[in-house]
This record gives sequence, C-alpha cells and structure tokens, in this order.
Amino acid sequence: MSAVIFIVFIVGGSAALSWPLGRYMKWAMDPPAVVGARRRALDRLFERVTGRLGREQQGWKRYMVTLLAFNVIIFAVSFGVMALQQYLPLNPDGMKAIEGSLIFNTAASFTTNTNLQHYSGESTMSYLSQLCALMWLQFVTPAVGLAALAAMARGLVGRAPGNFFLDVQRATFLIMLPAAVLVATLVVLGGMPMTLQGAAQATTLEGATQTIARGPVAAFLAIKQLGTNGGGFFGPNSAHPFENPTFWTNVLSTISIILIPMACVWMFGRIVGRLRHAAVVFGVMLALMSMRIACAAWFESAPTQAFTALPIEQSTGNLEGKELRFGTAAGPLWAVVTTSTSNGSVNCMHDSLNPMTGLMPLIGMWLNEDFGGVGVGMINMFVYVILAVFLAGMMVGRTPEYLNRRVEAREVKLAAVAMLAHAFFILGASALFAVTPWGTKTLNNGGAHGFSEMLYEFSSSTANNGSGFEGLGDNTPPWNIATGIVMLLARFIPILLPLAIAGSLASKRPTAQSAGTLGVEGGTFAVMLTAVIAIIGALTFFPAGALGPIVEHLQFMP
Amino acid sequence: MQTLLASLRIAGVSLLICAGVYTAVILGVAQVCTPVTANGSLITRGDGTIVGSRLIAQKFEKPGYFWPRPSAPDYNASGAAGSNKSPTSSDLTDRAAKTVEQYGATPDKALPADLAAASGGGLDPHITEHAALYQAVRVAGARGVAPSKVESLIRNHAFSPGGPLTPDRLVNVLELNLALDAETGP
Repeated sequence: MSAVIFIVFIVGGSAALSWPLGRYMKWAMDPPAVVGARRRALDRLFERVTGRLGREQQGWKRYMVTLLAFNVIIFAVSFGVMALQQYLPLNPDGMKAIEGSLIFNTAASFTTNTNLQHYSGESTMSYLSQLCALMWLQFVTPAVGLAALAAMARGLVGRAPGNFFLDVQRATFLIMLPAAVLVATLVVLGGMPMTLQGAAQATTLEGATQTIARGPVAAFLAIKQLGTNGGGFFGPNSAHPFENPTFWTNVLSTISIILIPMACVWMFGRIVGRLRHAAVVFGVMLALMSMRIACAAWFESAPTQAFTALPIEQSTGNLEGKELRFGTAAGPLWAVVTTSTSNGSVNCMHDSLNPMTGLMPLIGMWLNEDFGGVGVGMINMFVYVILAVFLAGMMVGRTPEYLNRRVEAREVKLAAVAMLAHAFFILGASALFAVTPWGTKTLNNGGAHGFSEMLYEFSSSTANNGSGFEGLGDNTPPWNIATGIVMLLARFIPILLPLAIAGSLASKRPTAQSAGTLGVEGGTFAVMLTAVIAIIGALTFFPAGALGPIVEHLQFMP
Repeated sequence: MQTLLASLRIAGVSLLICAGVYTAVILGVAQVCTPVTANGSLITRGDGTIVGSRLIAQKFEKPGYFWPRPSAPDYNASGAAGSNKSPTSSDLTDRAAKTVEQYGATPDKALPADLAAASGGGLDPHITEHAALYQAVRVAGARGVAPSKVESLIRNHAFSPGGPLTPDRLVNVLELNLALDAETGP
C-alpha cells in the first residue's frame, strides 16, 4: 500500500508541476512578438554572444546545419579535455590518460545526451573532466533537444524555424541552469557531498584502510537528472550513497528525471496553440508509462529466485542490487521512469532486476517517446503522431491532415525512415554482437540473460538512454566504437528527419478542417495513437524480447 | 566557418558559466551551509583520524560487530559496484550459500533477505532493524553482555527513512557499531 502511495505521489506530483513549468518554458524558448523589456534584454545578450549570426532568420536547412555544427564543436571540446586530463589541473587523485576508444565513446555518449558510461567516474575521470567535459555537456545537450523541439513546433504552424544559436542559449541559460541551481541546492541541504578535495583515507573500526572517493557530486547530480542525461559521477550512479544519500534526495531525483520531459509536451502545445491536443498526447504518454510502472513494481515484488532453496526469508521482494534507504518501490519506479525518458541514471542495478521487470526498461527504450528525452521525446512522439494520422486517413480513405496541413507521401516516408532506423540500430547491432566474440566474450551472465545484456546495451545506445545491464564488460574497443557510432546516428537522424517533416509541412497552405478530418483532440485519436505505438512496438521488438527476458522468466520463475 | 566560430563562442560562454560559475556557487553554498555532509559525512575521532563516512559501508567481520550487507567490490569505496548478477543466476545461489553459512542460518531461523542480497553500489550503509536484531545474540555473546542491552541499542538507533512511506525501519551499521564500542568498550 505504501508503495502505491509513493508511486502516485511522485508521478502525480511531477505531472502537476509540469504544467506551470511548461508555461515558463514557452516564455523562455518562444517569447511572443511583443514582450517586456527584460525578456528582450536577455535575447539581446544571447545575440551578442553569437555575433552577427545571432540576428539572422534561419531557414530549415540552415537551422539543421547550425545544429550539427554546434554539436561538432562541443564534441571536439569535450574530447580534448578528456584526452588531456593528465596534464590539466583539478586532478587531486592523479587520474591517468584515458584509452582512445573510451574517449571517443564517452565524448559521443555525452554529446548525444546519452551518457552511456563504459568507465567508472571515481577511477577514471579527473574533477576537471567531470565538470568541464561531462557536466558542461549535460547542460548544453538537452538544450539542443529543446531548440529542435521549439523549431519543429514553429514549423507545424507555418512559421520559420527561428535561430538555433538563440534557441540553444535560451534553453541552456533560462531553463537548464536555473533548474539545476535549485535542485543542486536542495540536494546539498539533503546531505550530498560537494567538495573539490580528493579521496579521504579512513581507518575502519576493524583497523583496515578504506579510501573514500568523493567530489563535486551535488552540482553534477542536479543537471544529470534534469537534462535526461543520466551519467553518474560514480560508477553505480544514483545507487551510490554519495550520489543519493537519503530517501528524500531519491524522491527529488526521481521527480527531476521526469519533470522537464513532461513540461516539453505543454511547451509544444503552447507553441502550436493546441493545448487540448497536447493534453491528449500527455495522457497517452502517461498511460503507457504508468502501465510499465505497475508491471515493474509487481514483478519486482517476487523474491530473488536464486535464494529460494536456501534458508533466507522470502517475504520481501528482490533486494539484489538495491539500496534499503529508498524503500521497496523506489527501484522499479526509477527503472521505468529513467528509461521512459532518455535519462538512464539508475538507483538499482538493472542487470539484477527480475527478468520481467528488466523487460520494462527495454520496452521504454524501444518506444522512446513517453515522455522521452528533453525536447527529443516529444519529437519522437511526433513521428508516431504522423504515422497515426496517416493510418487513420488510409482507413477512411481521406488525405490525412495534421494541424490543418496535409500529410503526404514525403512526410510519411521520412517518418517511416526515422522509425526503421531506430529498430535497425537496436536489432541489427545486437544481432551482430550476439554472433561474434565482440559480444559473446564480454557477458557477465549466461544464457538468455547474457543476450539481454547485449540487447539492452544497444537499446540504450540507440534510445540515447545510457543505462545498462552493467555486468557487461563493455569497455572494449568493439563495444566503444560500435555503441559510439550508434549513439551518434541514433541522436541526429531522429532529430533531423522530423525537422525536415516540419519544414515540409510548414511550406504547405493550411486546409480548412472538414468532417472527414481526424480530430487530434479527442478520445478517438488517443486510442488510434496508442494502438499505433503498441502495434509498431510489439511487432518490431517482441521477437527479441522473447529471446531475452521472456524466455528467462519462463525458464526460472515459478 | 562563421557558424563554427559562433558555436565556439557559445561553447566557451556556456562552459564558463555552467561548469565554472555554477560549480563555484554550489560549492560555496555547500561549504558554508553544510560543511560536514559536503565533505562526505566523515566521522573523526578526537585525535583527528577518520573512522569512515556515515554514508559508506565498511567491512566488518569480527563477531562482536554488526555486519553490513554483502558487497560486490568488497567495500572498496573508490570502486563501487553492484554484483550485476541476474536474480536467477547460480553464482548468486553459491554466494548466498556462503553468507548463510557465515551467519549459521537455518530453516527455523531464516536469514533476513537484505543480509543475503548485495546492494546496488556495494556500499549501502544500512541494514533493516530486523536484520540487526537477528545479529544481536551473536554480538552480545562475543562481547559478554546481555542481549537485551544490545537489542535496546538497536531500537534506539532504528529510524524510518521516509516516514510513513517506508514501513521497514533501518539502522546505520557504522553508527551502531560505534555506539556499541562506546557503551561496552571495543
């Protein structure tokens, strides 16, 4: 019972907070033509930083090229900082040079807002790398997602995309930064470490020596959670007591994962001027996520299967890989929320979840749209929306329309390519590693669970999520290079194609709404959208899921 | 080229503000308002030596101390990790069988599950109150004190981490062991 109250409290609280935040985000990202002097002064400042290009009205191609150019730069800067960390300051614990393929993987991972980590922070990264290569990207990469969403939304109502340089600064400085200051301050007061001192040497009560790694954790954690980044300061992420010291920091962290992705839906609704449509989309997302939360909490209440033959109490759920201070429902709740959004931080070890519980994060990453990453989640959902209106149009034999613009062959083709690319990267790459020693030699568990580890790794890379079945020995050149490439392609293809769809729709003349148009503000549309997501998701990924978690469940669970 | 330069300028400014100013502000707030927890909640003795952190589990093997949950990295606080074993794995059964033997658990006196399961980071500082009471007889015997004394110490240290939202009460193992030493001598 307390588990149900806990879950409703967190999900409901986040949903309630997302409404005013969405309103603020619209003000920040897409101020109305007539605004107050202060708001205008902020944009002037951003124009000043950009230089001459800050004033231009970009077209669709230009917006996309600028977005890519910015990403090339941030990739290069973070790569450089990590590659040179042994020569740079702020390295009290003397971290050494990092291996090349690992630098590539990490730079790709943090540039794509994935935060897949093939290293352990406390034994690999200097404080400077943590702050200036990784934490910095945790601010600007969700901002890239927000910029893309704002541009797409403008296109859907026939406007020009705006200016990428302005958008990315608006998102960084007006949304991510204030939110991070607030959350970091709260978790500091909640007892989280925030220091630049190196590791502490303790002499334990039994006389042994214990080296206790620490660092500027609170600042890192706040933006890690808020920007659907998920990359931990320490190896075990938010299961480490320093990265999540109490029940209450865990509550705040969980809300921080989901809050901005939720608010993105309202921001989208406000920019396109269709809040009822946004509410329907929000409802579909919430329903899909809630179903997975319920399933995960249920399956995780079964005791650890490996202990059943031993004299060990079986009354509690599976505690392997979990921390006690968060309470029993916190692990499965977080596991679903962090994979529903593209966050990827963990507060329990996903590798040690019961088999069917472990399927829920996988499904979250396969769908990748409820609520999805900051900005990009709503963009992914838009692709499903296009497919839904297209299929509905086919059913009644009318030309489909979305927000009064005709959806034609070109848009549907682009949407289908985006959808297929997602599936291709997950299934194709998993298949490749499953039949080569690149994958099979790196497993921590045998049988079906070993396959799940590989499937999870590529699902996580493709969904730009970043969590893992961390038993996998993934710090090898094949894993580093393959997941690095997958993350990059799976980040930019699903941003650029929907922007191209929006640009194409923007150039069309609006049509009048008729009786034959599928309204996107009612229950029919909600059912249609849910069905499209369920059918595409199930048909694409069910076979792979059956080979992994499902067969493991059937094999072992009573 | 212009585009790359503008990107570089924005990168520079955001790096300065988001990595520099932001970190400095939070660091300042932390070191002023909560200096103890900000530096890792360390517990020091009178002579300044550090005993450990109240947030980080340390290894206890002597029968006169309470033992924490199993740890995959053997309580290495600079290389934390979980076991990452599937809950259906036979490796996990083998590991738990050793733990059962260590505690001398029997079907009549089954081991509390948290003492058999490794924590997520391997550094969970807590065990359940129930798991502490389970160890009370051993601890009291090794120290030559009445079990009731140890049990009341446990009850005094037990707390609910989330109030009504977490029905299971927990104890902090290091703090409990320190209290034990203070009360009965090491």
